[in-house]
Amino acid sequence: MNTLKETLRIGVLRSFLEIKQFMRQRESVVFTLFFPVILLFIFGTVFKDTIAPGVTFSQYFVAGMIASGLVNTGFQQLAITIPMQRDDGTLKRLRGTPMSVSSYFIGKALLVTILMIVQTILLLFFGSVVFDLNLPTDPMLWWNFTWLVILGTACSTVLGIAFSVVPKSGRGASAVVSPIVIILQFFSGVFFVFTSLPVWMQQFAALFPLKWLTQGMRSVFLPEDFATQEVGGDWELGKTALILVIWLVLGLILSIKTFKWSRQ
Amino acid sequence: MNTSAAIEVRGLSKKYGNKVAVNSIDLTVERGEIFALLGPNGAGKTTTVEILEGYRVANSGQVRVLGFDPATKGGPAQKWRNQIGIVLQSTNDAADLSVLETISHFAHYYEKPRDVKQVIKEVGLEEKVSANVRELSGGQRRRLDVALGIIGSPELLFLDEPTTGFDPEARRSFWELIRTLKSEGTTILLTTHYLDEAQALADRVGVINEGVIIEIATPDTLGGRNNAPAKVTWLENGVTQELLTKNPTEEVLKLSQRFNNQIPELQVLRPNLEEIYLRMIGELK
Repeated sequence: MNTLKETLRIGVLRSFLEIKQFMRQRESVVFTLFFPVILLFIFGTVFKDTIAPGVTFSQYFVAGMIASGLVNTGFQQLAITIPMQRDDGTLKRLRGTPMSVSSYFIGKALLVTILMIVQTILLLFFGSVVFDLNLPTDPMLWWNFTWLVILGTACSTVLGIAFSVVPKSGRGASAVVSPIVIILQFFSGVFFVFTSLPVWMQQFAALFPLKWLTQGMRSVFLPEDFATQEVGGDWELGKTALILVIWLVLGLILSIKTFKWSRQ
Repeated sequence: MNTSAAIEVRGLSKKYGNKVAVNSIDLTVERGEIFALLGPNGAGKTTTVEILEGYRVANSGQVRVLGFDPATKGGPAQKWRNQIGIVLQSTNDAADLSVLETISHFAHYYEKPRDVKQVIKEVGLEEKVSANVRELSGGQRRRLDVALGIIGSPELLFLDEPTTGFDPEARRSFWELIRTLKSEGTTILLTTHYLDEAQALADRVGVINEGVIIEIATPDTLGGRNNAPAKVTWLENGVTQELLTKNPTEEVLKLSQRFNNQIPELQVLRPNLEEIYLRMIGELK
């Protein structure tokens, strides 16, 4: 019991340290935290049309951006920074201390959670101020929003840790990870209306969590009757939860089994 | 096995694929001593030390570090790490944190951390407490590494090539720090390229080459240094004369009589550790 408390305490301390380090790297602040807001600004300015009665493109896009923000702050950020920490000796040094592995993971998970909260607030704020985004009023929708964010963050975090073994070096990590994220964003209907994409793209995207997160976020931010325009003619929230949980478990197993502390 | 020693190694071997990195070595480091492991690059120094630190697992042999098998995983290994401190070869981490932030943070990992301010003072980084780690010079960075290695008040400290890239002054004050730690009872296992460093610090020296320990001795007796012939040189008729002798005192007395107590440019040279060492690793090639 005492060790569990200690593991949590160190995990929280690690998250403070990770946040400090994150905030002191200007490029990470701009490209991870503000990038979705910048994209929202660009897309919202360029595409002014409405997709359906009462649904502007920016409304559709905000849903997608919040979902892909989960992928950016979790999966992308971790799959790039962990190989960097592996290269610069951070991980090897930590391995030589009494700090437990779980504390390291807890620190990362808290970092991602905090970044996600900040990023979502930024998106919602800019969306409503600049693009007249309609925020949901039904508490049920906010409840869906909450579990989608929590499950999405958890999923994105473990998959980022699991994927961190793939890049050969810290320097090359961004080149490996970023294209995957961008392709997934295109295929999952973040930048375009999902149903307007070729069917094979839709089917491919349906294998991965981002498509489901995006659809889930649309269920929160778009009018209820828009559901009929989805692929399944429904928001499919139950299926979304199931697919996210499967990826979460898969990511958890992979990250525990394959995590590497040094390049060797 | 003698588990009261700080480090006890019997028949340790490690292979990478077909290449034998360490070939059945035996090693004992007593508590409270400074032991220096010398050897050329690729001799097996780092492999040996990383096995002792728990980073790598041996293929065969017995290893006990503070009575514990470093290959153990999980909770007990974590507890064991409270008693050891590791200073790795060059690292570049924590660049965006300050010296104080980094050391204070690492202090939280240990059961019995030393006083953060005191450690900063000991390693001589008082003037750099609020500097970002990326702004530190090579020597200052190494001092930070040592600070992180000793913050948990370890019984045993591993130092892997700690003074590479130091200027002579920084090296001397670093040596003082190591001597202070020893006087406080810390056992230290040091690997180094510098023979003068081993000579200045180590109680005993082990020379490793091609994965085998060639000899373990005190710096003064390594390679039969204490019994090796000394070289006596002096100036006579405008020419430097030289003589190899097992008994330099006798030769000097004879010369003294011949020159009427004034031997011009007298020198008595014992082979230094570097010569001995180079001969030792050269012999095997």
